[in-house]
Amino acid sequence: MTNLSPAAPPRAHAPERLLSLRGITKRFGAVRALSGVDLDVYAGEVVAIVGDNGAGKSTLVKILAGVHPQDGGTISFGDVQTAIPTPTDSRDLGIATVYQDLSLCDNLDVVSNLWLGRELRKGGALDEVEMEQRSWTLLRELSARIPSVRVPVAALSGGQRQTVAIARSLIGEPNVVILDEPTAALGVAQTAEVLNLIERLRERGLGVILISHNIADVQAVADRIIVLRLGRNNGDFRVADVTSEMIIAAITGASDNSVSRREASREGEA
Amino acid sequence: MIAEQRGTERRGLRAAGREFVARVRGGDLGSLPLLVGLLIIWIVFQALNPTFLSSTNLVNLTMQSAAVGTIAIGIVLVLLLGEIDLSVGSVSGLSAAILGVGFVQLGYPLPLVLLASLAAGALAGLVFGLLRTAFGVPSFVVTLGGLLGILGLQLLVLGRTSSINIPFDSPLVQFGTQWFLPDWASYALIAIAVAVFGWSQVSMSRRRMAAGLVATSMTVIAARSAGLLVVLGVSAWYLNLTRGVQVPFALFLVLVAIMHFFLTRTRWGRSVYAVGGNVEAARRAGIRVNRVYISVFILCSTFAAAGGILAAARLSAANSSSGGGDTNLNAIAAAVIGGTSLFGGRGSAFSAVLGILVIMSISSGLALLNPDSSIRYIVTGAVLLLAVVIDSLSRRSRAASGRA
Repeated sequence: MTNLSPAAPPRAHAPERLLSLRGITKRFGAVRALSGVDLDVYAGEVVAIVGDNGAGKSTLVKILAGVHPQDGGTISFGDVQTAIPTPTDSRDLGIATVYQDLSLCDNLDVVSNLWLGRELRKGGALDEVEMEQRSWTLLRELSARIPSVRVPVAALSGGQRQTVAIARSLIGEPNVVILDEPTAALGVAQTAEVLNLIERLRERGLGVILISHNIADVQAVADRIIVLRLGRNNGDFRVADVTSEMIIAAITGASDNSVSRREASREGEA
Repeated sequence: MIAEQRGTERRGLRAAGREFVARVRGGDLGSLPLLVGLLIIWIVFQALNPTFLSSTNLVNLTMQSAAVGTIAIGIVLVLLLGEIDLSVGSVSGLSAAILGVGFVQLGYPLPLVLLASLAAGALAGLVFGLLRTAFGVPSFVVTLGGLLGILGLQLLVLGRTSSINIPFDSPLVQFGTQWFLPDWASYALIAIAVAVFGWSQVSMSRRRMAAGLVATSMTVIAARSAGLLVVLGVSAWYLNLTRGVQVPFALFLVLVAIMHFFLTRTRWGRSVYAVGGNVEAARRAGIRVNRVYISVFILCSTFAAAGGILAAARLSAANSSSGGGDTNLNAIAAAVIGGTSLFGGRGSAFSAVLGILVIMSISSGLALLNPDSSIRYIVTGAVLLLAVVIDSLSRRSRAASGRA
């Protein structure tokens, strides 16, 4: 079950830069949601974006997904500067977004959900056989545990639904996959499965942008961690050289904060 | 795990039976309660009045079903989106009025008048769809306004003449009242329907086998085809004892089959179910949601107009009460009783057939017992409420067993 598609070139060779944001700003009325944020995403890399509530994570995702266009700054895809005014443009550029609410149709089965909006056709009618076969192939490549592709999505567990949502993002052969809080609503085992899935996306050579609140999950799968604070970059760490204290310090903006004080007092007691 | 689901073996009869039981337990009742209900209704009315199940009465029942049944096809479509259209009665009345005035009073050729009636329906649907999508007004309100506005248009078209009689010898009325399929034609039609059904199942099963997917076994397909052949054949045989299968009713069944194909086998149909299930997900999947809404409202009103034409042809008249009375309620009740969920995303074109048979059986059975319409309204209303309760309950039990 683990015959994966050819793995990405080793990351030691200067990896290809897929996406590059420079000086992105976004205002909502008087509120500056983002002021001058930079972000690079390379092929075969998981970039985690972390930050407190209101740090601008969601706004950044929405700019990439084409929900809101940015007010200032540039977006380059490959080496070409581009704009993402609509969700369709985002998709056409090869950016797939998995929203936190998953955006699945509960009444439709797994195959229908995977191919929704890009159904395969044969002589005008839907080609169910081809779609079902390719669904199985994709799910097997991801080693996903789905009981049947012909059950309504409503019958699946939270982790399975997340798997379907992530698998769906791959149907359009994207270069960059954005995952918005993929583990937020999941139990321990299901979280582990989704983290495995994220690693498989990386092995496929995709650039993965992972939005998460959970520092442990981020440290488990990410290669780089970008910290946003109050709409600005507040740190860009390689996961190997960073501790969770450092990340939390960057998120909260100081090394002296309630989280670190609590840690310190507990260590003192011990 | 996946491997268990991918077999090269075909599912046999026993597996199909087990699956069916599991589905019913999970609250996915399908058309089971409906068939049981129809059976009970028929037994009760037959016990109360022995002429109820006579071939003559059942032929009448099919004749009454064609017009409202056609309207109900459109209602099924809007319900699948989780919307509603309350104006179908008025639209069918307007279409009848245009037909009467254009064909009888102005003497235009029939095909042209029919086209104008259908176009008026399509136009009404377009307006509803645009109002729904451009301003986000709930379809309940839009079509409630449409109900009144179009009733006004109907009266305007009719002018001072409150009633127009369509000549009995016109092809339209002949079609609506006198055209029956010859026995051989009804059996031929059934043979074709069963052959198409069986062939599509067999070719699908072969392709799935070739692709290494779970496929339906030939035994199951043969059993299903035989079942279909027996049900349709016996029905046709029984109706053929007297006048037979009326052409407008056969047309209604063909329209249902065509809509079923479009709903289940095309991208448009898939997008209708997707929008009904989760609009936002459909939008994010790149479906042009507004186009789906508008197309469905246009289709619904066009089916309503077609139903109005069938009704005028059967009654050989168009008047100010065409499409009034219980037309609206019967069409909506038929779709809901037939098993199309009011909550959107669940249902099938065939619910129009089963639903209209239930509604018309009640109506015809009570009419045989008592010509007064008061009881008929009460009973029809109660059955509609029962159907809605079953819909809500099965939705809840689906949620409980994870099939929401």
